[in-house]
Amino acid sequence: MIKNISNLGDAALYCDFGNEVNKETNTEVIKYFKSIQFTNIQGVNNLTPSYNKLIVSFDLRKTNFKDLKKIIENLNVVESKNLENKKIEIPVCCEEKFSLDVKRLEEKLNINREKIYENFFKKEFFCYMTGFIAGMPFLGDLDINMRAKRLETPRVKVPKGSVGLTEQFANVYTYESPGGWNIIGNTPLNIFDSSKEKDPNLINPGDTIIFKKISNDQYQNYNE
Amino acid sequence: MINIKITMNKNYFDILRAGVNTTFQDRGRKNLYHIGIPFSGVMDYRNYLLANGLVGNKNGDPVLEFAFQGPLLKFFGDKINIAITGEVNFTIKKKGNLIKGNCYQSIVLDNGDELDILSTKNSVYGYLALGGEIDLKYQWSSCSINTKANIGANEGKKLGTNQKINFLKINKDLNSKKLNHINTRIEKIRVIKGTNFDYFSEEAKNIFFTKEFNISKLSDRMGTRLEGPKIENVVDTNIKSEGLVKGVIQIPADGNPIIMLSDHGTIGGYPKIGVVISADYDKLVQLSPGSKIKFQKVELSDAETLFKLYEMETQNLISQIK
Repeated sequence: MIKNISNLGDAALYCDFGNEVNKETNTEVIKYFKSIQFTNIQGVNNLTPSYNKLIVSFDLRKTNFKDLKKIIENLNVVESKNLENKKIEIPVCCEEKFSLDVKRLEEKLNINREKIYENFFKKEFFCYMTGFIAGMPFLGDLDINMRAKRLETPRVKVPKGSVGLTEQFANVYTYESPGGWNIIGNTPLNIFDSSKEKDPNLINPGDTIIFKKISNDQYQNYNE
Repeated sequence: MINIKITMNKNYFDILRAGVNTTFQDRGRKNLYHIGIPFSGVMDYRNYLLANGLVGNKNGDPVLEFAFQGPLLKFFGDKINIAITGEVNFTIKKKGNLIKGNCYQSIVLDNGDELDILSTKNSVYGYLALGGEIDLKYQWSSCSINTKANIGANEGKKLGTNQKINFLKINKDLNSKKLNHINTRIEKIRVIKGTNFDYFSEEAKNIFFTKEFNISKLSDRMGTRLEGPKIENVVDTNIKSEGLVKGVIQIPADGNPIIMLSDHGTIGGYPKIGVVISADYDKLVQLSPGSKIKFQKVELSDAETLFKLYEMETQNLISQIK
């Protein structure tokens, strides 16, 4: 349930679902996100679901905070079972040239790389949100012993397809971008395809993700 | 013979110099924040509408947006109506004669004429509307170029020298149109309290609304960084990442405000001290590096009224184009 709706500026609603970061709270956010999408409310021009907040942006020429707040408060919310979430497998190659920060992680976490990869690949991840850059999924949750901070100095360029870890989350850099996550491998799979107008994102909030380790040969031959 | 005729009918511009940050922009693309794609679109919406109005284009048609130094273009074809809005120095070379250009008035270009957009004066963005339908790639119903995600026309990249601008159609109406308009500079940016307003000390809040800030050189279509007195955070310099909208003022750990602009990242994890009101956005984006500004606190109801007035003023300007 939404705990509170306030305004973020004069053209957005800030729906607060609490401060916890967990699957239950995030599923509530996603339920509201999808319900508003289905409802097609006059004037709404963007929705941004995140861990525990949902921002509803609108065109101030067409509606206003007070009217929209009333509509959201009285919304028919979809059931969790109707969310149509997918299960997706992401191939990852962890060759040295791709695992840019595994050495750093070994030092910070005090676990050897074999164990880091073992923990990572046995985990089933949940997609909390996508964004920051187009299509980037925020996946959780890593075990407590796998949680490291961001790089002190972010990289100017993180290669496309890089798989990174920070705190309780994993992500995939959908294209080359600046960034500070600990990079442990690279996927040959295209996670964001801007030529697809309908579903450019491979991974969407609510989806389940499993990473699968592949060899360098499999990586090189993946898109052939 | 046939070849010559085809060449004659084809209308295009040669880009002899692209300028520093020249892109095609329109109203931007909606409903994509959730996958990480921002609105984009023109930075200064009012000047965009006025440019299109002056050449008889439809509301929503793309324009060329340029920052600081604009492009040098040479026209080939029959005749085309163009107009420039903003505060822009430009010249037109017609058959060897150099003519100083005036903003807010349509100009007919003939075959071989050159349009040289030299600079924006005490502002950042200028707009060039071309009377006709430009041949551009649309993505999600918008041709707006997002250079960070490489989305939109021109493969999502800034325009380059030696490229061409082709047309599908040229507007038949070449009548001269004009508007008397002077852009005013904003000194106080009006702001609504942000969702993390209480993360900041009383002194920091006071500094934010009373002291002067400088627009830094680190400003682009994604955001503008400010320099000035540091804003001290007393709760946490990070929040769990959440959605952003344009106009949000974030304060990272270094205490220097960053204002999110049209190409902003869709989520962020810095506390939000405030949000610039919609009525002041067009004027905010025109503040060039080195400009000094102050923030003024307003309530939501004031912001809504101010936006209505701003919209009325814009519509009034459009109706004065004659």
